[in-house]
Amino acid sequence: MTQQEVKTRNGDRIAIVSGLRTPFARQGTAFKEVPAVDLGKMVVSELLARTGIDPSLIDQVVFGQVVQMPAAPNIAREIVLGTGMNVSTDAYSVTRACATSFQSAVNVAESIMAGNIEIGIAGGADSSSVLPIGVSKSLAQGLLELSKAKTLPQKLSILRKLSFKDLLPVPPAVAEYSTGLSMGQTAEQMAKTHQIPREEQDALAHRSHSLAAQAWEEGLIQDEVMTAYPEPFKEWIAKDNNIRNNSSLEQYSKLRPAFDRQFGSVTAATSTPLTDGAAAVLMMSESKAKELGLEVLGYIRSYAFSAIDVHEDMLMGPSYATPIALDRAGIELKDLDLIEMHEAFAAQTLANVKMFASEAFAKEKLGRDKAIGVIDMDKFNVLGGSLAYGHPFAATGARLMTQTLRELKRRGGGLALTTACAAGGLGAAVILEVDKVEADKSGTVSGTDKKHGAASQNTSNKGDK
Amino acid sequence: MTAENVKANSMDKTAFTLTIDSDNLAWLAIDVPNEKMNTLQAEFADQMKTIFNQLDSKKSQVKGLIVHSLKPDNFIAGADVRMLEACQSSLEAEQLATQGQQMFSRLSALPFTVVAAIHGPCLGGGLELALGCDYRVCSDDNATKLGLPEVQLGLLPGSGGTQRLPRLIGLLNSLDLILTGKLLRAKKAVKLGLADACVPKSILLEAAKDYIAKPKRKVKIDIKEKLIANTKMGRKVIFEQAAKKTKQKTRGNYPATKAILKVIEYGLENGIEKGFAKEAHEFGQLVMTPESQALRSIFFATTEMKKDFGSDAKPKTVTNVAVLGGGLMGAGIGYVSATKAKVPVRIKDVSNDGILHAMNYSYQLLSKLVKRRSLTKAQLQQQMQYISGGTDFTGFAHKDMVIEAVFEDLSLKQSMVKDVESNAKKGVIFASNTSSLPISKIAQGAAHPENVIGLHYFSPVDKMPLVEVIPHEGTSDEVIATTVKFARKQGKTPIVVKDKAGFYVNRILAPYMNEAARVLLSGEPIEHIDKALLNFGFPVGPIALLDEVGVDIGAKITPILVEELGERFSAPDVFEILLKDNRKGRKSGKGFYTYKGKKKEVDKSVYSLLKLKPESILSEEVVAMRCVLLMLNEAVRALDDGIIASARDGDIGAIFGIGFPPFLGGPFKYIDKVGAKKLVEIMNEYAGKYGSRFAPSDGLLTRAGTGDKFYPS
Repeated sequence: MTQQEVKTRNGDRIAIVSGLRTPFARQGTAFKEVPAVDLGKMVVSELLARTGIDPSLIDQVVFGQVVQMPAAPNIAREIVLGTGMNVSTDAYSVTRACATSFQSAVNVAESIMAGNIEIGIAGGADSSSVLPIGVSKSLAQGLLELSKAKTLPQKLSILRKLSFKDLLPVPPAVAEYSTGLSMGQTAEQMAKTHQIPREEQDALAHRSHSLAAQAWEEGLIQDEVMTAYPEPFKEWIAKDNNIRNNSSLEQYSKLRPAFDRQFGSVTAATSTPLTDGAAAVLMMSESKAKELGLEVLGYIRSYAFSAIDVHEDMLMGPSYATPIALDRAGIELKDLDLIEMHEAFAAQTLANVKMFASEAFAKEKLGRDKAIGVIDMDKFNVLGGSLAYGHPFAATGARLMTQTLRELKRRGGGLALTTACAAGGLGAAVILEVDKVEADKSGTVSGTDKKHGAASQNTSNKGDK
Repeated sequence: MTAENVKANSMDKTAFTLTIDSDNLAWLAIDVPNEKMNTLQAEFADQMKTIFNQLDSKKSQVKGLIVHSLKPDNFIAGADVRMLEACQSSLEAEQLATQGQQMFSRLSALPFTVVAAIHGPCLGGGLELALGCDYRVCSDDNATKLGLPEVQLGLLPGSGGTQRLPRLIGLLNSLDLILTGKLLRAKKAVKLGLADACVPKSILLEAAKDYIAKPKRKVKIDIKEKLIANTKMGRKVIFEQAAKKTKQKTRGNYPATKAILKVIEYGLENGIEKGFAKEAHEFGQLVMTPESQALRSIFFATTEMKKDFGSDAKPKTVTNVAVLGGGLMGAGIGYVSATKAKVPVRIKDVSNDGILHAMNYSYQLLSKLVKRRSLTKAQLQQQMQYISGGTDFTGFAHKDMVIEAVFEDLSLKQSMVKDVESNAKKGVIFASNTSSLPISKIAQGAAHPENVIGLHYFSPVDKMPLVEVIPHEGTSDEVIATTVKFARKQGKTPIVVKDKAGFYVNRILAPYMNEAARVLLSGEPIEHIDKALLNFGFPVGPIALLDEVGVDIGAKITPILVEELGERFSAPDVFEILLKDNRKGRKSGKGFYTYKGKKKEVDKSVYSLLKLKPESILSEEVVAMRCVLLMLNEAVRALDDGIIASARDGDIGAIFGIGFPPFLGGPFKYIDKVGAKKLVEIMNEYAGKYGSRFAPSDGLLTRAGTGDKFYPS
């Protein structure tokens, strides 16, 4: 397979200069009145304020949201217009379910590679609190007919056709359009098919929460998360509010299965909660960053997307996309220093981990002679995963990339995989690289962003009390 | 074209140009040469006569006339106020009014339809011209505003406005417009019937043509209006009510409002022609009143000050600021920076609650505008996006200016200077909103003291128009000019003052407030004291003001003033007693007044706290004079000490910073009016009765001797 050159024609790598997200908040909490578009504006404004880059230098904003707001379908453009950015900054929106901000970042990268733009912002935002609640199909049709009806008897006859049930509002479903299966049902199917025991699922959730809580505690996360002061300016939030700070394994075993009460194993605690939040990254070519005197977080080494059938194992995307991305980078799994996999469900994550190591899977499904590789759990989701942080659909990809790059940098550089499954049987994998730091071997990293205190494991946890 | 040709052309160029197009439509274009704005001047009358003669000669063929402006963004901003200064007598001024009336009457008497196509401000004389037309078509642009603001200069609309407006939009709406001088947006003007259409600017002239096709206007009067205002009884009630309300607001200090009511009523009773005559006559009288003269002098002073940057250096443009401290002042400074200056502003506070407070403050103010429909929700959100916040110095690397509004604590402010210098970019201006600390001390230990300056706002920041810009000895000229320019961008009127205790405003305010406290301690009731100064013309009484500013603030400044400037600043023992009882004023829920119920009332328990039995013995006049005399005396000292650069700055500072009665023109204008000699006599008399603090300052005594005025005419 040919290698991928994620570079401009001049041989410049594609740099992620900086990344930022809002705190992730459970549905109906701190962001309960804030639509996705405002979350996006918030994070992009703050990203610009922090990097201090002249907004007129931003050529393009690519953004996404999974739960579409009919009032603002092109969220990217609304962000440009609503943040006082330069009006001539081009903007368009993308959607790739839970891999949306992987997609927006890749789009920006490709535009830079093609020489169409020099600097771009990519990201995603989702609100599970401010939702486009719809009406039933029969009511929608009735309303349309009503608007065209001229006489009173005509209008009455249309109204008579509607039953009380038709008047109930219809919330958006977290389910697959083509199969009607909910994501939880799919996770349940994967747990059963791949024999992922309940205990292992609980253990992963516990691990995720414990590591995330520890990462916050050690000050590893705060500099990539902005303090948000959302409208109506009555409360602020500085920290993710889904993470269990005193996670203990027993808490998890008490819960009843959520999707299959009788034979199931997937619980609320081993599923990502519905979450509100936004995340964004600032991207440009390596030489542009140098020209502007901006420090680089890291580079995109390779990327791949995959697609499989939706009826079974729909959330197995990482196992399909990763080998392609590895090949494109010209490396193997063991070359990676960190592996960051989106935890939609503990069952889905563990099923993927299992398939990475499975030779049978490689042969049957991937058409390869060798397994992708056994994942070294010491490198896996080292700061905890989506089960703890939460999962605002479109924001997760950007969170994974920023968090991983910063951790990679703290560890002195190297290569990392970030990967996610997505509805529709899609998978995404992006391999990131951070230049190795040679001079300083003492463990502290000299190349980090001092002003923002990225190397601040020891600094006190300001601003989130 | 040769150079001489050009010169000759521009000299010949007139403000009014008439063209008649192939459709026999006449176009009257207004373009006052060599001016950015169109303003009406006396000599235009002759130009208009020529134009009317041209129109008369072609009246059989002309189908209609459209009046429009050639300036990009204004119609007519009003009559040129400067021409009033040349008037030696009320008769001269009356003649100016009559001339204008005749011009517009001739316009309205043209035998064909006349339409005004209005884009941009259409104010005062400009609107009176438009009222002379049959129809008014406006652009829907934000720049388009209609109004008769003459009352704000102590005048009335003298070119037919008081007569034509009530006949067009009814009595009630007219009174509202003319008595307040408020400006209307195009949409609202259409709603009131003042304008006939509101259209996009791109089709303004086309829309005007549509109205040419209509017959000349016959005024239709609303039925409700007919019932109320067109009967003698109804009118009488309206005028009585209006007079009462106006009296309440003006306390009889502004003769223009009275004259406006008189003229409108007279015109309605006796017909438009007699109304015109009365209007011109009263206009002439008002021009000569000291009140109007004072108000006009403020107008000229503020216009003049816009060209003054406090130093000869070229100001830089500030595009990105930070505010330290999210308290009341910091929040207000953040608000004017984001919404008026329209620059990104970062609020830094030690706590997220402080930042949230600052954001909420702007949000509340903007939400009020949304409620009043002068702002859309989207605009609110956009303006809020300018305000960000954080508890660290993130983003400071790109700030041009950091405005500090933290606690009044010298070492805290000094450490802020150091923090900002080490976190912000080179050359960042550090502006301190201190009310009492010397700027030179704040700059001590700064790596770049030349970039440290004082920028003193007044509370509430969004309302109070003044700021004091306080350079210390070492502040660079460029920093002064840049700060003045930015303060102006925030919508403020800056005055540059010397770095000495109390600067200017607090220095003259303190003796005034202290005296009010002494009057209170002598047993005068609180209402009586406040009423005395309200009637004198202040917007708030001194005791109520103490509550607003905060008793603690006063207590904090007093010792500094005493130490730096002398014993005359020592305050009576009121503040300590109140503070011990936790009466800081409005912010603590109680002070001299209570702030619990809807109605603000004097908290009677204050009297027993101060061991007083209130009884009104002194006349209002004496109470007011006691307070005001000390303020005047101190203002003269401040001028002679070089705290302010000129009497003009001192007058503007007192009016915009304290609310010194505008109709008196400021402390210095007022002293000139009373006369230094007379004032010295009064002060000596008061010194004998109430204490030596009333002894006139040396500067005042000298001027009493020489007869020199602050404003030599």
